[in-house]
Amino acid sequence: MAEITLVEAIRQAMDEELARDPNTFIIGEDVGVRGGVFRATVGLFDKFGEDRVIDSPLAELTIVGVGIGAALYGKRPICEIQFADFIFPAFNQIVSEAAKMNYRSNGDWTVPMVIRAPYGGGIGGGLYHSQSVEAFFAHVPGLKVVIPSNPFDAKGLLKAAVRDPDPVVFLEPKKGYRLIKGEVPEDEEIIIPIGPAKVSREGTDLSVFAYGMMHHYALQAAEMVAREGIDVEVVDLRTLYPVDRETILQSVRKTSKALIVHEDNLTGGYGAEIAATIADWGFMDLDAPVKRLAGPDVPGVPFSHPMQDWFMVNPDKIADAIRELAAF
Amino acid sequence: MTLSKEQKKEMFWMMLLSRRLDERAWVLHRQGKIAFHISGIGQEAAQVGAVYALEKGKDWLVPYYRDLAMMLVMGMTPAEFAMSLMGKAAEPTSGARQMPSHFGLKRARVVSHSAPVATQSPHASGIGLGIKLDGKDEVVLTSIGEGSTSQGEWYEAVNFAAVHTLPVVFLVENNEYAISVPQDKQMAVSSAADKACGLGLPGIQVDGTKVFEVYDAVLEAVENARKGEGATVIEAKMYRLTPHSSDDDDRSYRSREEVEAHKKQDPILLAKEQLIAEGLMTEAEYAQLEEKAKAEVDEAVRIATEAPYPKGEEAAFPVYAEQEVQHG
Repeated sequence: MAEITLVEAIRQAMDEELARDPNTFIIGEDVGVRGGVFRATVGLFDKFGEDRVIDSPLAELTIVGVGIGAALYGKRPICEIQFADFIFPAFNQIVSEAAKMNYRSNGDWTVPMVIRAPYGGGIGGGLYHSQSVEAFFAHVPGLKVVIPSNPFDAKGLLKAAVRDPDPVVFLEPKKGYRLIKGEVPEDEEIIIPIGPAKVSREGTDLSVFAYGMMHHYALQAAEMVAREGIDVEVVDLRTLYPVDRETILQSVRKTSKALIVHEDNLTGGYGAEIAATIADWGFMDLDAPVKRLAGPDVPGVPFSHPMQDWFMVNPDKIADAIRELAAF
Repeated sequence: MTLSKEQKKEMFWMMLLSRRLDERAWVLHRQGKIAFHISGIGQEAAQVGAVYALEKGKDWLVPYYRDLAMMLVMGMTPAEFAMSLMGKAAEPTSGARQMPSHFGLKRARVVSHSAPVATQSPHASGIGLGIKLDGKDEVVLTSIGEGSTSQGEWYEAVNFAAVHTLPVVFLVENNEYAISVPQDKQMAVSSAADKACGLGLPGIQVDGTKVFEVYDAVLEAVENARKGEGATVIEAKMYRLTPHSSDDDDRSYRSREEVEAHKKQDPILLAKEQLIAEGLMTEAEYAQLEEKAKAEVDEAVRIATEAPYPKGEEAAFPVYAEQEVQHG
């Protein structure tokens, strides 16, 4: 098996899906000749042509709104938002239109589309190239929200998303695009169903729930504290909406302690939903308060490195939170 | 294509039926039998003229909430509309999930739309993109009020259709008011059609009270679109003869004299006079049509009144295209 990067896994998924289904196409800013600013679509323009890999105007609501229309016609658009920070002009189209179309037409009109967006900080991107936007979308019935944490999952989940009959917001941890590598089989097709979370590291003392880049860091933190005798279970949520409550609750039943980690800011963040899930249905299994480790409640990730480092959750901060909760 | 005598009479009939059905909705509201109505009175000529230029079953319509007459031409029955007014289960646009006049009719290629204005415009461009990618000779007609052309979504949709030479006709039904705000507070140009020149496509103005003039203008745009010559903006100018909706009181922002003056240009009246002047209809035939309209509206209201409401728990579905996704 070849070891590839996260962004290469995403490129491979799109390459395979474009080859498989002539109704699929990619639309976004700089996705064509340039191959995407993160190179996620590199080579696809030459391979599939300008009708299948469309350089959109510099207008995010166009990308999503036109994608919705094409999906209504029977196409399978893969919309790329260059940075998740720029998704808000399309918010109305995603929330008012894509998410509600099936419900409001009583099942007559569906929107099978994927909206890909690189998210997250730690890359020197400042306020507007660093945001985590998952909480806005994981609140919206009708959408599915997926965040992969490694190349294998990224490829399998993105291929599932392209084939999904509903709109999928597919958020990619851009700091991990080249940093996170993993083995992906070359000669077999990978499809990972949207929905199930995955226990990525078995443990008995405490459960860490995370996704995307923070899941990658959580695994590192778990290794750090393992040397101190703390046996951590790590759960990769993978699909944020609809959420896999059973896997979460099973893990809490096993370890009796829960730490939720995300880099989005704390208040109203996605971790609150997981904490509430555990409080509602796992309260009797708990030996300690449910803890959340998240970004601070400031408007964005600052540019200058000392301030960015202050903002970002990292393996050391996760290890500290694990030690504190383990000692409770 | 020159309209036959029968086609002209049929178009007048659709205008008249729409008017009488619309008026009955106001009566039902005043009687306390329905909760809400939003009216297309005064816009029937533009609506009927425009959709008669489409090929039914082949072309696409992406309407807005005043397009009752368009919907009747496309094949929605008066009883179906009456059921939507009353929130009855068999209402075909949404199974009574949406408010009345939030149209959609899958069987007639009429796409579901929502209430935030101009969200439908990019969908029309997306359908146009799908048509172009598939190499079909279908056309999309989408309509909107003049106030809603202030939205960025409309500009972005028209821009995309112009850039990609898509088979879309953007009809602007300029009824002079967006609730209370007149046209000169929406735009500095005298016609929404003038906006097209900045976006690189033809902009046509037509008298929206003259059904056959609208037909000719839209037909030319449709034929150009079908030939692959791209999109057109058409502004049909008329006057909204009623308040914005059943919740509005237009006495607070316009004089009775102004409204009364425009009633002399009522499109029903103008079409009737033209048909009689051209010898296509007699006063006696007109009287018969009025009786027929009353009978059809009576019957529609009877059917709708007797039709069952949806069960409350039907509101749980359908959130996703495949069966309901269960959390946990």
